[in-house]
Amino acid sequence: MTGTEKTGLAVGAAIFLAAAFVPLLSGGYGLSLAVTVVMYAVLTTSWTLFSGPTHYISLATAAFFGLGMYTVAALIDVFPYPVLLVMATAVGAVLAALIGLATLRLSGVYFVIFTLGLAEMVRQLVTWVQTTMGTSSGLVVLTGIDEPMIYWQLLALAAAVYLASWRIGRSRLGFALRIIGGDEVVARHSGINTAHAKIALFVISGSVAALTGAILAPRWTYVEPVIAFSPMLSFLVVIMALLGGVHRLWGPLLGVIPFTFLWDLVTATFPNQTALMLGLCFLLIVYIIPNGFAGLIENLIRRRPLLAG
Amino acid sequence: MDILIIGVLLGGAYALMAVGLQLQYGVARIMNLANGEILVAGAFGAFWFFTGSQVSPLITVIGYAPVAFAANWAIYRYLMLPLVRRSKSEGHLEVDSILATFGLSFILVGVMLALFGGEFFSYSFLEKPFDIMGQPYEQNRLVAFLYAAAFCVGLYVWLHRTRMGLTLRAVSVSPEASRRVGIDVAGASALAFGLGGAITAAGGGLLSTFLVFDASIGIIFTMKALVIVIMGGLRDIRGSIVAAFVLGLTETAVASLIDPGLTLAAAYVVFILVLLFRPQGIFGRRAT
Amino acid sequence: MGKAGRPTRNPALDGGEGAAAFLHASTKRERLMKTRSYVTAALAGLLAGALSIGVAQAQKTVKIGASAPKTGPLAVGASITHWPNVKLWVETVNARGGLKLKDGQRKIELIEYDDRTTPGEAIKNVTRLATQDKADFILAPYGTGFNLATAAIFAKFGYPMVTSTSITDKQEELVKRYPGIFFTLGSTSAFSEGVADVLKKMRGEGKIGKRVAMVNVADAFGIELANAARPVFKKAGFEIVYDKSYPLGTQDLSPVIRGAKAAKPDAFVAWSYPPDTFGLTAQAKVQGLDTKAFYTAVATAFPAFVGKFGAAAEGILGGGGIYVESPEMKAYFEAHKKITGKSPDYWASPVVYATYQVLEQAIEGVGELDRKKVTEYIKKNKFKTVVGEMDLSTGISNKFWTVGQWQGGKFHGVNSLNIPGAKPVMEKPAWK
Repeated sequence: MTGTEKTGLAVGAAIFLAAAFVPLLSGGYGLSLAVTVVMYAVLTTSWTLFSGPTHYISLATAAFFGLGMYTVAALIDVFPYPVLLVMATAVGAVLAALIGLATLRLSGVYFVIFTLGLAEMVRQLVTWVQTTMGTSSGLVVLTGIDEPMIYWQLLALAAAVYLASWRIGRSRLGFALRIIGGDEVVARHSGINTAHAKIALFVISGSVAALTGAILAPRWTYVEPVIAFSPMLSFLVVIMALLGGVHRLWGPLLGVIPFTFLWDLVTATFPNQTALMLGLCFLLIVYIIPNGFAGLIENLIRRRPLLAG
Repeated sequence: MDILIIGVLLGGAYALMAVGLQLQYGVARIMNLANGEILVAGAFGAFWFFTGSQVSPLITVIGYAPVAFAANWAIYRYLMLPLVRRSKSEGHLEVDSILATFGLSFILVGVMLALFGGEFFSYSFLEKPFDIMGQPYEQNRLVAFLYAAAFCVGLYVWLHRTRMGLTLRAVSVSPEASRRVGIDVAGASALAFGLGGAITAAGGGLLSTFLVFDASIGIIFTMKALVIVIMGGLRDIRGSIVAAFVLGLTETAVASLIDPGLTLAAAYVVFILVLLFRPQGIFGRRAT
Repeated sequence: MGKAGRPTRNPALDGGEGAAAFLHASTKRERLMKTRSYVTAALAGLLAGALSIGVAQAQKTVKIGASAPKTGPLAVGASITHWPNVKLWVETVNARGGLKLKDGQRKIELIEYDDRTTPGEAIKNVTRLATQDKADFILAPYGTGFNLATAAIFAKFGYPMVTSTSITDKQEELVKRYPGIFFTLGSTSAFSEGVADVLKKMRGEGKIGKRVAMVNVADAFGIELANAARPVFKKAGFEIVYDKSYPLGTQDLSPVIRGAKAAKPDAFVAWSYPPDTFGLTAQAKVQGLDTKAFYTAVATAFPAFVGKFGAAAEGILGGGGIYVESPEMKAYFEAHKKITGKSPDYWASPVVYATYQVLEQAIEGVGELDRKKVTEYIKKNKFKTVVGEMDLSTGISNKFWTVGQWQGGKFHGVNSLNIPGAKPVMEKPAWK
């Protein structure tokens, strides 16, 4: 482990420790903002874990998220909550493995739309199963879990995701993925099992999203398909990740934080024109910050020594 | 037989949603996520003229097609072209165009919300039975189907029999090679984008005769259109048309024979199967 | 509180100063304590001054918060049923000079947010209303899911929550859990029982037989209603001859209507959502599914329904209904049309407005903005509202309409729980 890595790790640990105190300082609004930030931080970082190096844009986040949420909602009266969290993660992992196996041959825009279609299909199937076999009472999640507890769970998950991403980035697997992202044919020729590498990361990414959904189920209380499987969630995750920049581990976070606050500002200032204002912000981002915030910051850092010199 | 006719009628409706996007993606390489909003704008136009001054939607859609063309042409020329010019690769352009058109879709939703409010819009136009072999069908669906057929045939003939059509097809196959032989790629792309938008808007007007719509429903149409275009293969308009009918027939067959609850799930299963066994789409060619 | 900020002479404080001057050679520690007490006094004065400014500002208005969808899948329903009533209520109260409190009348200052049909946003908005905007009261959000998601926040900050557009069979559990929550629009089982009652009555009169075709939209409310209806219909002696669901967002419902028609039903019941309520009715009309009883659930009561189908709507049964003839209701319809420029729906709209009337009367009854007292007041009193007298002592109003029917261009209540004035049910004429 090099010195910079050690510092990075220490800084990261310090940030997480500091973040853990948020519920003690602000029980109200600050906390609900913080929950949103951490939720998207987890989702975007785990998304980037797979899509960053491989350049495969997945729109299936909502499928995993919704499945996790449904696992908790449907079985909350049967199993204790911690068991459900494990189950949700497992369900996410299995689904991700199946998708991974099925999509090996797809790339580019085909993969994008495939995952979008898949998310819709999962939603339709879950709804159908619920109508034909379910009971009406499985939808309400009433537990004693309050907002600080949900926040801490998410934060712990975020720490785990960051640690895992960092480890993977340094491992053979991460190296393999970067080669795949560069040129899949080259990767195959140099003896990398591209299929295994892709599936492994997709499984991690998917199970994290499912677990996030499961953790949030008690906060949303009432789980219905339209909202749990909202395609908007998949889009938002992609957009925040791209806005932050997907080439760095901390990139997505740079997208999540400004985006959450921007949305919040728009909601508070223009309650009647949220859609319009968001659209305008979007275009501004695309045309003015094309490489994401991470790219912007790196450019600035790179330019400074030049100016000084 | 009944299933066949209903399925074909539904397929016509899907073709109206998807053909415009096919043109936009196939030639101009823009994955237009605001496609559904353009469609809803067309629906609003038809609704407004019909309830306000009793103009038949069948006339309205032809009347405002040039306006829609101009608007979409301008979107390409002033919003998309800068992205095309700055992109280094197709993948890069894909990401940029997804973000930009996603933002655009928000703007359009916001504008329509401000203009029309958030309620439902629905009106009765040709809501009468039309008997084919003793079974009643809705006249408005039939009319929409005929329009869809006319658009598709017209477009196909235009693409394959005229010089301009040839230009568009050349750009769709390879923008690079087209540029080398002296084709104005940007101009052709703007033309395709505008034309696609006009077809989508006209389709929206026709669909509004039998679908309930509101200002923020566009995303549903976008998703349907995306699925159809990808399923059909990106480079060929025939693919989208075939895919639209495959979807229409599948949904109707499943709803009538198995369970209406599984219609949309079945549609996505078909879509996924097509992608798995023909990853380049029904009419797509493998990249060389 | 304002007094502390004024420069009055406080004898105790003066005495302290004198003593300090006298005991000039006091210890360092004592001096430090003195200084500290001065600082504290100064701070207290500042704080009191700031507070009195705050109070002075607040005295002008009562802050009312509202969060509901303006965009997203539920925005349509909210823009018909929720937001016009918020506007109507605020303008009506302000037009009469504001809420009457013990210390004079105060106008309402409305703070509204869009929850974008996302539970996370709704939670954030309500929290912001409670902690950042310091709203005096918060109106319940739109939709069952959002009421349930925010109930914990309302309870945490002690706001009374008089819900309207929230229908669930978990009401009793929720009332026990959150002491400030109230339900007014009924429960899913009451709705399916209402439909069964109406059908039973029609069968008793020999208008229909016992074959029922039932379909439902595969989404939360539709699923709940269908599940509640199955046993109820069977108990009432009906035979369910067709029972299918269809996904939300189905673009062609003709296979559904064809299937139902092939089962030769005497009554058609659809637990449907707005877009499919329109789609099913249009298809039934075109395909000539002529049952003497035809029921579609949500949106049948919308003005747009009769706007689209005109005379063909005659005799169609739907969820909700109101007592059209009451003078309060007539006045409400007129005011709604005048202020918002459109008609309310014939089901939830008046109930939404009634919940605001409950809040209004409770605040005025207490005469101050004490949320705890207002909650108590709501539990202990009865309220005169546009939908009649409302009693929320158990937390759940047991008076509501379950089934309505279009008769002569109006959607009359034909079946209710504990409300008099139901119109007799008519047979649906053949499609026009």
